[in-house]
Amino acid sequence: MFYREAGQFYTSYAKDQGIFQLRQDKYGLWGILFIAFIVIPVGLYLLVQGGLMAASTKDYLYNSIFLLLLVNSMAALGLNILTGYCGQISLGTAGFMGVGAFAAYKFSTGMNYRNQHEDDAGELVSQLVPMLPPIDNPLILMILAGAVTSVVGVIFGLPSLRIKGFYLAVATLAAQFFLVWCFSRVEWLYDYVSSSTIQVPPMKLFGLVVTGSETVMRDGQQVTIYPAAETKYLICLATVVFFAFVAKNMVRGRIGRAWMAIRDMDIAAQLIGIRPLATKLLAFAVSSFFCGVAGAMLFIFYLGALEGAEAFNINESFAVLFMVIIGGLGSITGAFLGAAFITLIPIFLVIFFPWLGGQFGIPVSTALVEHIQFMIFGALIIIFLIMEPLGLARLWQIGKERLRQWPFPY
Amino acid sequence: MGEFWEFVLAPVLIFESWQFGMEVVISGLLAGVMYSLVALGFVLIYKASGMFNFAQGVLVLFAALNLAGFIGLGIPIPLAILLTIGVMILFAIVVEYLILRHLVNQEQIILFMATIGLAFFLSAFGETIWGSDVKKLDVGIPQGRFEPFGIQIQYLELTAGAVAAALVTVLAIFFNKTKIGRALRAVADDHQAALSVGINLRTIWIIVWAVSGIVALVAGTMWGAKSGVQFSLSEIALKALPVLILGGFESIPGAIIGGLIIGLGEKLAEVGWGPYVGGAIEDWFAYILAMVFLVFRPQGLFGEKIIERV
Repeated sequence: MFYREAGQFYTSYAKDQGIFQLRQDKYGLWGILFIAFIVIPVGLYLLVQGGLMAASTKDYLYNSIFLLLLVNSMAALGLNILTGYCGQISLGTAGFMGVGAFAAYKFSTGMNYRNQHEDDAGELVSQLVPMLPPIDNPLILMILAGAVTSVVGVIFGLPSLRIKGFYLAVATLAAQFFLVWCFSRVEWLYDYVSSSTIQVPPMKLFGLVVTGSETVMRDGQQVTIYPAAETKYLICLATVVFFAFVAKNMVRGRIGRAWMAIRDMDIAAQLIGIRPLATKLLAFAVSSFFCGVAGAMLFIFYLGALEGAEAFNINESFAVLFMVIIGGLGSITGAFLGAAFITLIPIFLVIFFPWLGGQFGIPVSTALVEHIQFMIFGALIIIFLIMEPLGLARLWQIGKERLRQWPFPY
Repeated sequence: MGEFWEFVLAPVLIFESWQFGMEVVISGLLAGVMYSLVALGFVLIYKASGMFNFAQGVLVLFAALNLAGFIGLGIPIPLAILLTIGVMILFAIVVEYLILRHLVNQEQIILFMATIGLAFFLSAFGETIWGSDVKKLDVGIPQGRFEPFGIQIQYLELTAGAVAAALVTVLAIFFNKTKIGRALRAVADDHQAALSVGINLRTIWIIVWAVSGIVALVAGTMWGAKSGVQFSLSEIALKALPVLILGGFESIPGAIIGGLIIGLGEKLAEVGWGPYVGGAIEDWFAYILAMVFLVFRPQGLFGEKIIERV
């Protein structure tokens, strides 16, 4: 009754080409954005002020759930462009995210390289010499990280012209393992520290502290300002929303149609004048750009410090692939739904099992929780693939169809 | 000779001491045999059901965990092996009943994702039952080594080679001489045609998964005897993937020869180039080797030629 197109006419070509054909869709999206940008921050702030929620709970929500959700959505968007729209299966997502993270690190510290020379006493002196001025603006860093990653992505995408299907999937594993190896063996990447850990330097945006802390004099006293969880959340949210719009408009335009033509049948696409190499490489570039931004976001906002080999191992690649499949291949909405599903299920299980054990007085060890979590995760994925192989996006579509007829299905 | 050439030729230069070189070659080839065993189980399933079975590596771990667990309970080794074979057959039936029959006619990527889900489930399941500590697996393979012409060879490696050869022979006879084997080949050739001459696809799937499970058990026993049964076993088994793309997904000889090439190649690369670049290049060398190879021959060494029509 409320969700139908009756009475909505498109009186110009521009309107006919609009992203949201239905007024309800448009309002729905504005509503979601309103909730994400305003209701959540203000609501949580009021809850904490009103004493209804502990400040630590609020920070937990932001730092452990919302940020992770946004990072994963970004990565899923990227992989969905490559796998869902262009049909190239990639198992190297985590590797590309890692490239983004390390690129962000190198740019933020000024691309140090080690200069070793012997001093007058004949002793070996090594010092870090910056090649570029350090950048402390997280937005610029994310863009740079994306750019670097898309170059790497194109290099590893080159074989895709010859190799197809699962052969390509295994070939992208080469990217995954090679890149992760670099993260722990190429010393230049992590500024030669022995633990091969990278740490985010202090950053500011529009005068707000984003990472690290800042000590200022206020009323004659030294006050240390720590970054507010809201700041990180809003920066990430704005980035993800921006790139989601970019992706949406890309896939419904000429570029996206070329990708889909390649996906559906590459020889036929070639016959209608689409150049496979350029199109596939563009998909690799754009997808890697997104993954790189996601990696930079993961590093700067979510983790703060990380060890490349651990943070970007192959399970992360699979997790992102799961998000894309469970969300729905070839759907921007699906990327978000899938990311939410895959991110929230483990968090839920980690909290749920110790609680359940507590109810029955059975102590549940962390190892057992981890095992049970993996088992349920694996089983859920299989069940989901059997029940709805086209993903959450398809369920959403079915729901919308039902809603059109509701409550008079005749 | 300049430093550059010394670096480029490093894997060849290790043969300056030919005994050491031969040791590297032999240990590389035997690692390759292990990869082949894992890849073999994979090829069987891919041929029969078109399923890119990512869980094969975990199947190896699961089989080894069961065997080590049964032996740990004090069950005599032959009985423990029989029991484990029973578990693998049961597993095949359960997989067919709960997963495969519901995923008929789905796209390949969906099947692939389902096997990743299965891999997650199975590794956690095995560790929940048998615990996640490293287990020793001793099935009576003699330890120690002997030294013909000054080359050190482990008995374990020799045994692995012999077992693999025996397994491949048995499989070849099974496929070529028995009725079930003929049915399996028919299914691999054409599902529809196989159905129309009265072959029961579901039975075939169970048999194929059970055979892969048993091949996984052999592989798991060998790996386990060498380095203990632990979670990293399933990650080592990931190396079967470059073996597969090198040999071709559909080819059993491809799996074996691909395994030998990968095992030998990565050992030589590790010993030769490893010291120059910080070591552990074994982690990715196989993949890069396979990828470069694929650019020249996209269907692998023995894979079916891909003919594309519009």
